[in-house]
This record gives sequence, C-alpha cells and structure tokens, in this order.
Amino acid sequence: MSITAEEQQASHEHTHGAPSGLKRWLYTTNHKDIGSLYLLFSLLMFLTGGAMAMVIRAELFQPGMQLVDPHFFNQMTTVHGLVMVFGAVMPAFTGLANWMIPMMIGAPDMALPRMNNWSFWILPFAFAILLMSLFMEGGGPAFGWTFYAPLSTTYSNDNTALFVFAVHIMGISSIMGAINVIVTIVNMRASGMTWMKLPLFVWTWLITAFLLIAVMPVLAGAVTMVLTDKYFGTSFFDAAGGGDPVMFQHIFWFFGHPEVYIMILPAFGIISTIVPTFSRKKLFGYASMVYATSSIALLSFVVWAHHMFTTGMPLAGELFFMYATMLISVPTGVKVFNWVATMWRGAISFEIPMMFAIAFIVLFTLGGFSGLMLAITPADFQYHDTYFVVAHFHYVLVTGAVFSIMAAAYYWLPKWTGNMYNETLAQWHFWMSLVSVNVLFFPMHFVGLAGMPRRIPDYALQFADFNAIISVGGFVFGLSQLLFVAVVFKCIRGGESVPDKVWDGAEGLEWQVASPAPYHTFSKPPKVD
Amino acid sequence: MHTPLLKKLVLAVLGMFAFAFALVPLYDVFCDITGLNGKMDLVVAEQSSEIDKSRKVDVSFTTHAKSSAPFSVKAQQYSVTVQPGKLSEVEFVAQNLSDKARVMQAIPSVSPGQAAKYLHKLACFCFDQQSLDAHQTMKFTLRFYVDTELPADVQELTLSYTLYDITSNTAQAQNNSTPLLSVAEHTYLRGQNNG
Repeated sequence: MSITAEEQQASHEHTHGAPSGLKRWLYTTNHKDIGSLYLLFSLLMFLTGGAMAMVIRAELFQPGMQLVDPHFFNQMTTVHGLVMVFGAVMPAFTGLANWMIPMMIGAPDMALPRMNNWSFWILPFAFAILLMSLFMEGGGPAFGWTFYAPLSTTYSNDNTALFVFAVHIMGISSIMGAINVIVTIVNMRASGMTWMKLPLFVWTWLITAFLLIAVMPVLAGAVTMVLTDKYFGTSFFDAAGGGDPVMFQHIFWFFGHPEVYIMILPAFGIISTIVPTFSRKKLFGYASMVYATSSIALLSFVVWAHHMFTTGMPLAGELFFMYATMLISVPTGVKVFNWVATMWRGAISFEIPMMFAIAFIVLFTLGGFSGLMLAITPADFQYHDTYFVVAHFHYVLVTGAVFSIMAAAYYWLPKWTGNMYNETLAQWHFWMSLVSVNVLFFPMHFVGLAGMPRRIPDYALQFADFNAIISVGGFVFGLSQLLFVAVVFKCIRGGESVPDKVWDGAEGLEWQVASPAPYHTFSKPPKVD
Repeated sequence: MHTPLLKKLVLAVLGMFAFAFALVPLYDVFCDITGLNGKMDLVVAEQSSEIDKSRKVDVSFTTHAKSSAPFSVKAQQYSVTVQPGKLSEVEFVAQNLSDKARVMQAIPSVSPGQAAKYLHKLACFCFDQQSLDAHQTMKFTLRFYVDTELPADVQELTLSYTLYDITSNTAQAQNNSTPLLSVAEHTYLRGQNNG
C-alpha cells in the first residue's frame, strides 16, 4: 500500500480519462463515488425531513391551532416519516455499504457497478415526485406513512398516484442496492475471507439485503393495490366489493416489521465494529452475533400483527404475536450483552464515534424496553396510537439508527477524506444532540401514557407543559444537526492529516489502504489470514 | 460470473411481488378456515337437526350505514335469546333515505370473531343486492340459528351489518360489455349455487 491517493487518482485519470465536473457524478460506476452520493443525498433528506419535524413541533408548542391547518399538519407527519425512512436512514446505510463493503472484503468495486449508478440516480426523482406533490392542488399524502386503507384509497386526494409511484421507485432502488450487496459479498470476497471471518458490518448488511429482497416487493404490491383500488375500481381493501381494509394492515406490516429491522441491523454491524476498536479488544462472541442477527431477521417475519392488536384479533392470535415479539428480545439482548462484554476490562478511550456508539447502546436498549412494554397485548390497548409509540420508535430510530449512522460517519470520515474532523465541533455536536434528543423524546413517554394521541395537531390543555418542553428539545436537536453538517464539510475541505490506520485499535482491510482512500482499491486482492 | 446468482435474486424479487398478491386469497382462505376476523360466508345454510335445550345464547343486532350510503336498516327486536340449533326469525325494516333508486349491499360480521362460523343463516337480505326505489321501505326476514357446537364461553354474540351503496358499481357493470364481477357478486353467486 505504498501508492498514495494522489498518484492513484492521477494514474486513473490518465488511463481512463474519467469525466470531471457534473458528469463524473452522473456517469460514475465507482463504489466510493456512489457511496458519497448516497450519503450526501441522505444528509439532504435528513435535513428536509427534519425541517418538517420542526413544523410539527412548532404547531404542537402550544395547544390550539397556531401555524398550519390540520390538513397540512397531516401532510407533514406523513412526509416526515416517508422522507426519514426511505430518504434518510435507508440511503445512508446503502451509502455506507457502497463505501465500506468492497473495502472490507478486499474487492475492487461492487459486483454490478452500472446497476449501482442506476439505483442511486433514480432516488432523487422519487423524492422530487413525493415532495412536489406537497405544492400541488390538494397537497401531498396526508394519511400517515403507513397509508392505511381506506385513508389512502377512499379518502385520499388525487395526488396519491404520485405517492404510489414515488414509493415504487424507492423500492426499485432499494432492491437493486440489495441485489448488488448480495452478489458482491457472495462472489467477490478476497481469497481466505471465509464466512466466519467477514466483518460484522458485512454480515449484518448481507442479512439486511435478504430482508430487503423479501419485503420491498411486498410493499410494491401493497401500493399497487392502493393504486388500483383508488383509480381502477378494484376492491382489495373495500368491503363493499368483497375486500377487507384489515387485510391492508396485514400486508403492510408483513413488509413493515422486517422493514424496521432493515433500519437497525446495519446499525448493529456499525456498533459491533466501533466498540472493539475503542475498547482495544476483539469483539466478544462474534459467532453469537452472527446467529443473533440471523434469528432476529427470521423472527421479524412472524411478529407483524403486534402492530394491529386493537383490530380485534382472536385471543390465540394476540398471544402468539405477543410471545413471538418478546422472543426477539432474546437475540437482541445477546447483542447488547456482547457489546458490554466487549467493553468490559477494555482499554477504552472516548473518541466521538465511541461516544455515539455508547449512547446508541444505552438509548437503543431503552427504546427496546418500551418496545417490550408495547408487546404486552393488554397494555398495548392503552398505548396504541399514543405518543408512547412515538417515543418508542424515535428512541430506536433516532438514538438507534441515526446515532449509529453518525458514529459510522465520524469513524470512517477520516479514512474517506484523509482529514481528521474538528474535535471541538464534534464534541459540541455530540453533547448537544445527546441532551436535546432526550429532552425531545423522553417526555413523549409521559404524555403518551397519559393518553395524548399521535398525528393530531391539537391536544388537551393538561399536555401543554410537556409539549412545550418537547418542542424546545426538538428545536435544539434540529439546530444541533447543523453542527454535524459543518463538521462534515469542514472535514471534506481540510483538517489534520491522518495515518492509514486512523484508530490504533482498529482492525480490518479498510485500514490497510491509504488515507484518503484511493479512487481504486484492491485492484489486486489482498491476502487474508 | 455474477449472472446465475443475479438471476436467482431477480426471480426471488418477482416471486415476492407475486406473493404480495397471493396474500389476498391466502388471507381469505385463512380467515375462512379459522373463522377469524368475524368474516361470514354469504352462504345459505341447512336447517339444524338437533337442538340444545340446555343452553341459551343472546344474539343482538346492529346495523351501520357507511358514511355515503343513504340507507337505514333496523331490526324489529334489539336482541333475541335463542337455543342453539333452534331456528329463529327476525324482521328488519330497510329504507332508502335518498331521492333516487339505489342498490344496497349489506355485509355481515359477527363479534366475537370466533363465533362467526357458528352463526348460520337460512335467509338473509345480505345474500342479495337489494334495489330500493326512492324513499321505498321494505321488510326483510332474517332466518338463522346458532350452532350447537358454539364454544361454551360464548354466551352472547352480535350480528352486525354494514350497509354499502353499490349503485354506481352495478351501473358500471351493466354498462360494461364484459362485466367485471366484483368479489361480492362472485361470493353471492357461489352462495346461490350452494343453496
């Protein structure tokens, strides 16, 4: 690894005449370029979805109707959810996969580079379609990101077709990304990289990719049925025509529950990479991590109806889905204990990625506990559709998935750019986020338990104080993320140079390549022992 | 080198897309077999041969018109107490509240859901689409019995009808040269054949 980045870059441009400027990005088939595109796009969507959350929190700052009318409020909650799930979290993980998987398994690029270009470049169109519908007559989708029938069929506006096509395109993009990941991992590992030597980030992404292939087509089917029910007179979800609206929820959550693991399994991989590095120990229980991840993925297919306890299921069904759901906490607990055991008696240092990782372990576990509470069927009747649910899934998605993405960004940014991030700014970002995110989401548990329903722009007076606190937390958390943007762009533009092995405790092939990572790596496969 | 794996994965994607649509009939079959979801067959039942005189079950009736359906259907009795196996009759009065001729479809469901397959109907206005002229009032007789196999813990059950205005659907079907039979019509026809 004696060739420097500049030389590699120069020789590349000499031999291939890589296009510069905009064309470089439009035509690129390089996994690092596409990874960067995914990550920057996801950052943009994170800020877009965040701006919508700010509108929601501003309206909920006081009881009564202040800023926006209820229909627009509904559009904000809906599009915030869609943008964050499909625009921020999923593309961020795909971006990390593009950047890191080839470098971690010693492959020169992704297996299907042209398809890779496609799967990124259709995404901006999907979100352009979705976001444009907000400005059209009748407005954007306002039926919640779960688009339950008949809200999305009988009672939706004519722009619903745009929502459907946007989701179709997002689904196609994810599926192509997943296919690429699987083919890369199965076919392009360096010799000697056996299955049980794969870095955990690669393992978790492989399992995630299989989940994507299994459920994204089901989502595509669900939106297609909504489309034909609304525009072509079919009756999949219309009881008058012999259909059943409850069936919508079954089909949606058959996709929806594995989807939440799609958004957390790569996070498990990231944390399993970062914690050993800064504990300066090998990961405790590698094999059990692999098996735990697989069993979570398998169990995710048999728990979907825990989202539907209040639809009037028979007792046997409620019991089955309650116990199956609780069973998931066993492999998840294995993971949490393994991370803690990895830190146990380690020589721990608290760099920013490690801080985010530790915050992840504590706060994700907290979100897991509220999930266990929700799994208890009789209790769920009280919690259903309240802010308790909102608190639960924001703990697992914001302090879970989003924190892990930030940990990964801080962990690998020096490798990507060759520059260390600004430590002071990063410290500010971490502490501001950590405090404000808890001010934002923790009181939601209380208002939820007290009965405040979600997705409603107004509330009873007794919730006023907590909502004001929640909104303040929300504004501070939103503004703190601008610090993250500053850190990222400062780091891209310059900073203290870093050695090839940025972190002294880090292991893995990605630390054998130069910093910043050259445009082409592992053109000759490395030796893995 | 990548093609064989790629083909398998693409096939898996297509298979899962098809599976999403296969879930629709699977869901119906599953509910049919298990009697979950309170779904009832629109099928004419045969009279029961035995009567369980040791038990009494309360059956209540409720009707509910979908928001845009201008119908009112009321049971003459709020509830009846029956012996399992014994045939009972209840009168329903239906009225079209609008100024136009309308076609009504009633969809029955039973609560608790497990009891759905133990309530048998010999005659029901829900077996047919009912055409009602403007402001016309009609009387229907529901003839039903509760199965003797009804689980012992069910002591009362509610038969609920949701009323739908399907005037526009039927008009469409008549105008169409190749009529698209809706699922309800299929079920209805199946019911007629069985009866």
